[in-house]
Amino acid sequence: MTDPDLTKKTPTEVPIEALQDDESTQPVRGVWREVWLQLYQHKGALFGMGFLIFITLAVLIGPYLYQVDPQKVDIRNKNFRPIYTTLWDDAAKVGWNKPLGSDQLGRDNLAQMLAGGRASMAVGWAAMLLSVLIGTLIGVLAGYYRKLDGILMRLTDLFLALPILPLLLVAVTLFRQPLRAEFGAEGGMFILIVTVIAITSWMPMARIVRGDILAIKEREFVLAARSIGTRSDKLILRHLLPNVMSPIMVSATLGLASAIITESALSFLGVGFPSDFPTWGKMLADAVVRMEEYPERVILPGIAISLTVLSVNYLGDGLRDALDPRIRGR
Amino acid sequence: MLQYATRRLLLSIPTLLFISFAIFMLLQLAPGDPMAQVPLTVPPEVKEKMREALGLGQPAHVQYWKWLVQVGWTEPKVFVDWLTHDSTLLGWLPDTSLYQGELRVISWQTRSPVMDIVVQRIPQTLWVVGVAYIVAILIALPIGVYSAYRQYSVFDQAGTFVTMIGFSIPPFFTGPLLIVIFSVQLGWLPSIYDTTHVVRDWESFKVQLQQMIMPVMVLALQITAQLSRYMRASTLDNLNQDYVRTARAKGLSEAIVVMSHVVRNSMIPVVTVIALGVPAIFGGAIITENVFKVNGIGQLLLTALFANDLPMVMTLTFIFAVLIVLFNLLADVLYGILDPRIRYD
Repeated sequence: MTDPDLTKKTPTEVPIEALQDDESTQPVRGVWREVWLQLYQHKGALFGMGFLIFITLAVLIGPYLYQVDPQKVDIRNKNFRPIYTTLWDDAAKVGWNKPLGSDQLGRDNLAQMLAGGRASMAVGWAAMLLSVLIGTLIGVLAGYYRKLDGILMRLTDLFLALPILPLLLVAVTLFRQPLRAEFGAEGGMFILIVTVIAITSWMPMARIVRGDILAIKEREFVLAARSIGTRSDKLILRHLLPNVMSPIMVSATLGLASAIITESALSFLGVGFPSDFPTWGKMLADAVVRMEEYPERVILPGIAISLTVLSVNYLGDGLRDALDPRIRGR
Repeated sequence: MLQYATRRLLLSIPTLLFISFAIFMLLQLAPGDPMAQVPLTVPPEVKEKMREALGLGQPAHVQYWKWLVQVGWTEPKVFVDWLTHDSTLLGWLPDTSLYQGELRVISWQTRSPVMDIVVQRIPQTLWVVGVAYIVAILIALPIGVYSAYRQYSVFDQAGTFVTMIGFSIPPFFTGPLLIVIFSVQLGWLPSIYDTTHVVRDWESFKVQLQQMIMPVMVLALQITAQLSRYMRASTLDNLNQDYVRTARAKGLSEAIVVMSHVVRNSMIPVVTVIALGVPAIFGGAIITENVFKVNGIGQLLLTALFANDLPMVMTLTFIFAVLIVLFNLLADVLYGILDPRIRYD
């Protein structure tokens, strides 16, 4: 408005000055581009996403690039230290064939880390997706259908009152054998752990989704959609669910973090996967007794778990800011 | 408020009944035979007798009912007897003898009443986990308030980073890490918590403090991370309110504005979060107790699970459920008392 060119123009040429606009308005950007731009500002989230992509690619592609069987016992080459130990200790037992050293049975640590990461990430993702599915389903049903609301929310309260970790331990210890017999040692354990984690972690998601659905259901656009004869299923899928996507995504990332930690904790307590199947938590637990001589065997899987969880948490933090339209654009 | 509390209390009874039934059925469905350790040379009919001695001869609903009577009726009677008999609080009352030698919940491992073992284990858990909780509250609240007051300052950034780390590093990593640093490399602190240690004088108190430092710190790091995030968010919400501007406008000093206006109001949601975390104290930190070999409740549950001691597992999980339900109720009531805007009618 303080543009000198505009003020010089005579009123006869321009009826209303404010409507005069020489420059075209900024092109409209999609919501997801806005979200991405906001996420790009958040350094922690960017680091988190980068590391998450890195670790996912590493555990997915790594075993093909580094083709060493993680379970192969190589007793002659046991107790190797990682290569970098030579930086401060010339006498350390290292070898290029074992870049991160080997354990007390000569199993390659790098290969175990990759395989263990694969197991941890797979359990984390599967448990998170399953719990998001259960939570969203129950939340939507409770929020949308008034008849189901009471009973479903009482069920949620009931699950919230359950002592989670003791129950997890009970379920995993007690149902290990039959599932193993049914689906094999690793498959049975995977199914059991994923189901148990999902069943004990969907409640916060259901509450959040229900609350949002209750609020959105009363808005005008839903009334409009209903008045043109939209059926309930279409209404939920097309109009309600896209509007509750952001809280779902945020709590899904946090769910991924806690699922990875829970799986590692179970492995650490000795109720996780079978002993010859490496996961990060199991590697850490097995190495604790030898951590005086070989601290790296505790530290490497520990750092892997911590960094993965940290990056997922940062990503969740950034997503929360980026998906919130009140914060976005500031 | 009283009406609301009573209603919630009554409502919690069917909830707890349902939870106990769910846990019972879970344990019933589970495979695993308490007679699995008995040698094969023992004849089957003797095994059957042993089974009946453990209370396994009856159908499931009878077992559940007996367990319910034992936990809900016999154990309280034992407790009341103990209160009037030995406790210092109510010991002056005339002795009652409600307990007439009925069967109590018996552990399959030790063949002694489960509640006696729980009572033995509670002090260790309370010492470690309870102290950790108090330490965490004392650290978290000032950090939360200060980082909200100086939002986006260096202190705030560092605090947020540290809480994020405390959030993300699992206790089964921090525990061994601290042991490597402070017990193995520096040799300052013992790596194992000695539960038989008795505090008699100043020297033994120092030993007790030393062995408590590491487990307490591991637990406190996690609790601090959660609480200070809540405190920061809650303080930030309050700092922008109109009443704060009014308080400043009428010339109150910053210290009074923050300490007696903002902090008191931002404590309301945080107090309920603290109340919600209390059951976890009694639940014992299973992982931390395992790492530092603390002989507490969490460790008791773990060993009972591995030994297939179903009455112990059942009773312990039920106690946890009772605590969770009670403290949920307490948190809601506290919220209503502290915040007059909230009405439960």
